[in-house]
This record gives sequence, structure tokens and C-alpha cells, in this order.
Amino acid sequence: MADAPKAKKQIIPDKNPMPAQDALERSRNFSEVATGYTRETAMAEASRCIQCKNTPCRQGCPVEVDIPAFLKLASEDDFAGAIAKIKEKNALPAVCGRVCPQESQCEKYCTLGKKHDPVGIGRVERFCADWELSTGVKVPEVAAPTGFSVAVVGSGPAGLTCAADLAKLGHKVTIFEALHVAGGVLMYGIPEFRLPKAVVQAEVENLKKLGVIIDVNSVVGKFATVDQLMEEGGFDAVFIGTGAGLPYFMKIPGENLCGVYSANEFLTRTNLMKAYLFPQCDTPIKIGKRVAVLGGGNVAMDAARTALRLGAEESWIVYRRSDKELPARREEVEHAHEEGVKFALLTSPTKIMGDDNGVVKEMECLKYELGEPDASGRRSPVAIKGSEFIMDVDTVVVAIGQGPNPLVPRTTKGLEINRKGNIVASVETGATSKAGVYAGGDVVTGAATVILAMGAGKVGARSIHEYLQSK
Amino acid sequence: MYKILRKEVFSPIIKLMDIEAPKVAKSCRSGQFIILRIDDQGERIPLTIADYDRERGTITIVFQEVGKTTEQLGAMEAGDYIKDFVGPLGEPTHIENYGNVIVVGGGVGIAPVHPIARDLKEAGNNVIGIIGSRNGDLLFWEDKMRKACSELHVTTDDGSYVRKGFVTDVMKEIVEARGKENIALVIAIGPQPMMRACCNVTKEYGLKTIVSLNALMVDGTGMCGCCRVSVGGETKFVCVDGPDFDGHQVDWAELSKRGAYFREEEQRSKEKHTCKCGCGGGK
Repeated sequence: MADAPKAKKQIIPDKNPMPAQDALERSRNFSEVATGYTRETAMAEASRCIQCKNTPCRQGCPVEVDIPAFLKLASEDDFAGAIAKIKEKNALPAVCGRVCPQESQCEKYCTLGKKHDPVGIGRVERFCADWELSTGVKVPEVAAPTGFSVAVVGSGPAGLTCAADLAKLGHKVTIFEALHVAGGVLMYGIPEFRLPKAVVQAEVENLKKLGVIIDVNSVVGKFATVDQLMEEGGFDAVFIGTGAGLPYFMKIPGENLCGVYSANEFLTRTNLMKAYLFPQCDTPIKIGKRVAVLGGGNVAMDAARTALRLGAEESWIVYRRSDKELPARREEVEHAHEEGVKFALLTSPTKIMGDDNGVVKEMECLKYELGEPDASGRRSPVAIKGSEFIMDVDTVVVAIGQGPNPLVPRTTKGLEINRKGNIVASVETGATSKAGVYAGGDVVTGAATVILAMGAGKVGARSIHEYLQSK
Repeated sequence: MYKILRKEVFSPIIKLMDIEAPKVAKSCRSGQFIILRIDDQGERIPLTIADYDRERGTITIVFQEVGKTTEQLGAMEAGDYIKDFVGPLGEPTHIENYGNVIVVGGGVGIAPVHPIARDLKEAGNNVIGIIGSRNGDLLFWEDKMRKACSELHVTTDDGSYVRKGFVTDVMKEIVEARGKENIALVIAIGPQPMMRACCNVTKEYGLKTIVSLNALMVDGTGMCGCCRVSVGGETKFVCVDGPDFDGHQVDWAELSKRGAYFREEEQRSKEKHTCKCGCGGGK
């Protein structure tokens, strides 16, 4: 049969919208904000991909998913094929489809996106993953056992990805997790309304099917050091993915008053310990009528939106630069606005004042203006003299960033760390200054994104595999 | 899951349990603590390690029933399982040969002070032990402490056993009798008001005093700062920088206020748990 002339693919300019809960209704519950595509919408969105030859979208994906291939399968109603294609590279597709900043990753490079909306890659990925979770998960093939054992420290996105890749290559992998459940920031940090915890746990269960052992309640640096794991525990290599879980405080007077939380504490109580279900769950959380969240990143948005859901009447973002400089994803800022979060921009607190019981009563702030751009092109905020004013708040959440938890770096002999306490590791290989020890994710880069941590986990797994083979 | 191997009832509100936790038992040292969570709905609570048996792989905890979680734990029996048990956490107590050391255990604080006294004696110290409680029924481990210390003094607030008086009264007598220059260090563990009172006494004598702080905690690994406390004007995390601190540097008022922040919620949770309305004890 002669080749039929190829019909030029018709361009569909607009992305299929993501159904979501009504903003005001959702701002008072913990159910997921975005409700997800239907099968038909997922197929329609996937078929918008024009299957271009040079596949620029792939260069934007830190875990190298074959995006055009999975979209083609999804467009043909072959979701089993599509999810299998995704999982060749990505062990956590239900998570990535939800929390990746696709606009600055895969979708940023989509050819369609030059003139129209880019293909909703994340949304289709999410549908494929949810479809598999609801219809039964197929276990990917695992190579024959190599006889090597690898310890992965930390079960966040970096550790989970690294463990999955190593297990598929036939290595025996044990993840050591300090908390009582695996998932790291996916469990304690990112709120239920953005990333349901049942989804995270379903993906973690899938990893166990690859033979990965997850040892919860295991604080490396306390029950055993990295050196002990290698010398006495029989591990041939170690991957450190302990994240950036050390909260920074402002170091202003009144920060130890009751009602001042780090974002980590506030979100851990709510997400990991399910304090929003108190007293059905035992962990309490206390929130006042007017909440101030200090900071402008994604964690700050999460905390401010969580505060509303816990019953705050007013939830404020207090940020010392302007709207344009907010480091949070635009979509998160918009969601926060829609839900009624208020913004005190060009504002920063100088002290927090309490009542006789030591509980927050009000906060003194200064107004700021943006100065001239500095050498890096960033306009630094300058305090306006005499602009002091009082904010009437009874809860303060400090969300100005986190550093690496020092427990593992401090207790591992010969592990090089930098000035900020991050582990020094090669970007290309994840190799640290210590033979057989690799690291990746926030503990190397400082607080970044889920998908970058996953990419680092993948790099680490590849290097560890090479290292073990050369042993 | 972590099995309760043995339970001992010291009084209706003070109980001991040996928990099977080989990983913790293998590496723990005196002064460190564990965090446990009873079940999937449970909260994480810290308890200082009272004893350990590396060969049997067990950790001994002694706790006082003060709220929902400790009451629920107290109702459990040998053979039951605890969902989560993590440790050892915190820094161990610094042990060296100081000379004459006064070790004070108040109420349920007798338990965590015990392994410290034992270690100090093994390190060559002359360990002067003082234990006290509200009344004789609440006192426990007199025999174990007698073995762990070089000498032991016992007192009760109400005089119902041995003698009447606070641990601080006994401590004053000892320091006066032997001279403050003959005491190298004081270690005091117990309820906050007791530790604070001990520090007030020792401050007058200029005796260095180590206390083991009990702050509210969530994770216990330094990731949230719930347990933060001002020590010498600096913010410290009790879970990773402590729990031992120089008692004369601690901002006790702040610690006590922070500890009371969730009192209403704690009361609500406890009432729901003990409610006899058929709600199943809060579950």
C-alpha cells in the first residue's frame, strides 16, 4: 500500500481547563483544589500534542520522561501504555502531575506554546497516574539481583526516586526515614488540598513492590551514622537525600511567644499529624482570628491557605518586596488571592508583642520601598524610616526559608559541606567527597523543587550503579 | 510495630514499660529520649529513656498519666504493640569524673535521672542522690537508685515516707553540711517547677546545674522548632541541642508559657478520651 499523504495535524490552540472546586468553598475545606481531568478530556488534551520531531519538551523534564510517546498513547485511549511509558523514568507521576511547576519545565519548551497554550502535560500525566492507581498498579520489571546493597537516607522525592531506579537495576535498597511515614515534604509540607496524602502513600506502596525496604522511625546520625551503615550495616553505597528541613527564624524580639510557628511546625501538625481533624486525631493546632505568614514563597502560600482552612478570619502574607518579586509559583499566588488571602507587601516585621500569657497579640512592622537594582539586577528592599505601624495579629507563621538538617552532615566523617551547611556534591554525578557516598536534592542545592530533587535522585542512582559495577 | 514486653504499675498514675526496640537499645546513651506514637490517630510524645538492655534489645520508659496519650498508654498491657517508637534522640548527658555530684530526681523524673547517676558512678564520681515525690505512694526505684548512687536521700512533700520536705530542702542541707566548694556539679530532673527551684538554690551557691528540659515537641529531630527555648539569650531547640542545658541560663518563664499553650486542647482531647457516652473512648 502506498503511503497516504500525511495530513497536517490540526492545531487546537487552547488548553483544556482543569476543573477545580469553587474558590470560596474550597478555602474552608482540605479536599483537593483541582479535581482532575476526565478520561475524555485527558484524551483530548493529549491529542493536542503535534508530535514534533525535536521534542523540546523533554529537555525541560529533569527526570527525562518520553513526553510525546506517553501523550500519543494517552490520546489513543491506551492509558496502561501511557503510564508504563511515564514510569520508565518517573516513579512518582501522581505527585509530579500535581506539584511540578510545569510552566517552567516541560511545558515551557512545548512547541505549541510558542503561539498557543502549551500542551497540558502535567494534567495528562496526573490523569494517567490516577487512572492506574484506581484500576490496579502493574509492577515494572526488576533486573536480576546484583548482590549489592544501597542505603538511602531520607524518603523525600530525591530518596524515593533514587531507590526506585536502583531497585529496578537489581540492587537491594533500604530507605531510612526519620519520621513515621515515608514521603518527606510530600507528607509533612505540601498540604492535603494540593497533594492528597493518600496519593503519596499509594505511590510509596508501589515502590515497595519493586522490593525497596522502607525503614521508618530511623534517624540516621542517631541510631547509626553513615559510616556505621557502611562499615557494620553491610551497605555498599549510600545516597543522602535528607532535604532542607531546618527552619530559619527572623531573629526578631518576640519570636518565641506562643502562637509563633515555623512553617514546618504549622504544616507538619496540619498535614502529617492531621491536626485539622483534632480531636479525632490527637495532635492539636491552635490558630487565632488573624494570622500573619512571613515570607513570599510556595511554603508561605501553603501556610496562608492552610490558615484559612483551619478557621482563621484573616490570613495575611507579609512580604518585604513587591508582588512582582514574590518567589512563589504564580498559580499558587493566584489561588491564594482567589481564596481570600490578603497581602501586606513591602512590609516586614520588627518585633512581635504578646499578652500576659505570652501569646501573640500584635506585630510591629516597617514599610519598605525597592531600591536601585544591585549588581545581580535585583532591587533590594529598603526600610522607610518612621513608617512603623502595628498589625493586629494573634498567630504568626515564619516561612522565610529552610536550611539543611545538620544531623547527617555533622555525624559523617570526611563529608565536605559548604558555608550554608549544604553537602558538596557533583551536579553531574551526585558524588560527595566521600567514596561510595552520594547526595542529591535540597540537602545539596538548598530548598528547591520536588522535581529537581527527583532529577538529582535519578542522577545519584545512575552514578551509584556505575560505582557498584566498577567495584 | 513495637511490642510492650513488660509493664509495671508503680502507682495508679505512674507506670513502667519495657519496649522491644533493638535499634534504639543498641545505640542509646543516658540522657537521650525517644518519641512514640500509639496508633494511626496518635500524637508524637517524647519520653526520656529510663533504662536500656542492649542484649535484650529493650528500652525502659516510665511515664506519668497526665493527659489523653499517657492515659491511653497506661491502659495498654504487656503483649500490646505501639505503632511508632523512634530514638535515640537528643544529645546524651555529658559524663566525666567531676568528683562529688548531686543528682536530683523529682517525681517521675527519678526514672531519667537513674541511668545518668549510674554512668556518673561508673565514671568514678561520688554520686549523692536525692529523690523525692509528693507522697510515698508515688515514689519508685528507691532500690535501683540506691545501687546507682554512692549515697541516697529520700524525701516526700507530705512526709508520708522517710521524711517531710522538698528535694531542694535536702539539697540545701547537703551543700551546707559539706561545703559548696566540695560539690562539682548538680544534675536535676523532674517537673519544671522543681528544676527551677533547684536552680534558684544552686545559683545562690554558684553551683553549676544541668537540667533536662521537657518542652512540647512534634518531630524531635530539629525540623520544626516547636521545642525552642531561650538559653542564655539564644534560641535553642531542646530536641537537638538538648535536652540537657545549664539551668541557670534557661528562660523558665518562657518555657512554662510555651508548655501551656495547648492546655485547652489537651483538656478537650482528654475529656473526649475518657467520655463514657459510648463514643468509644474518643476513637
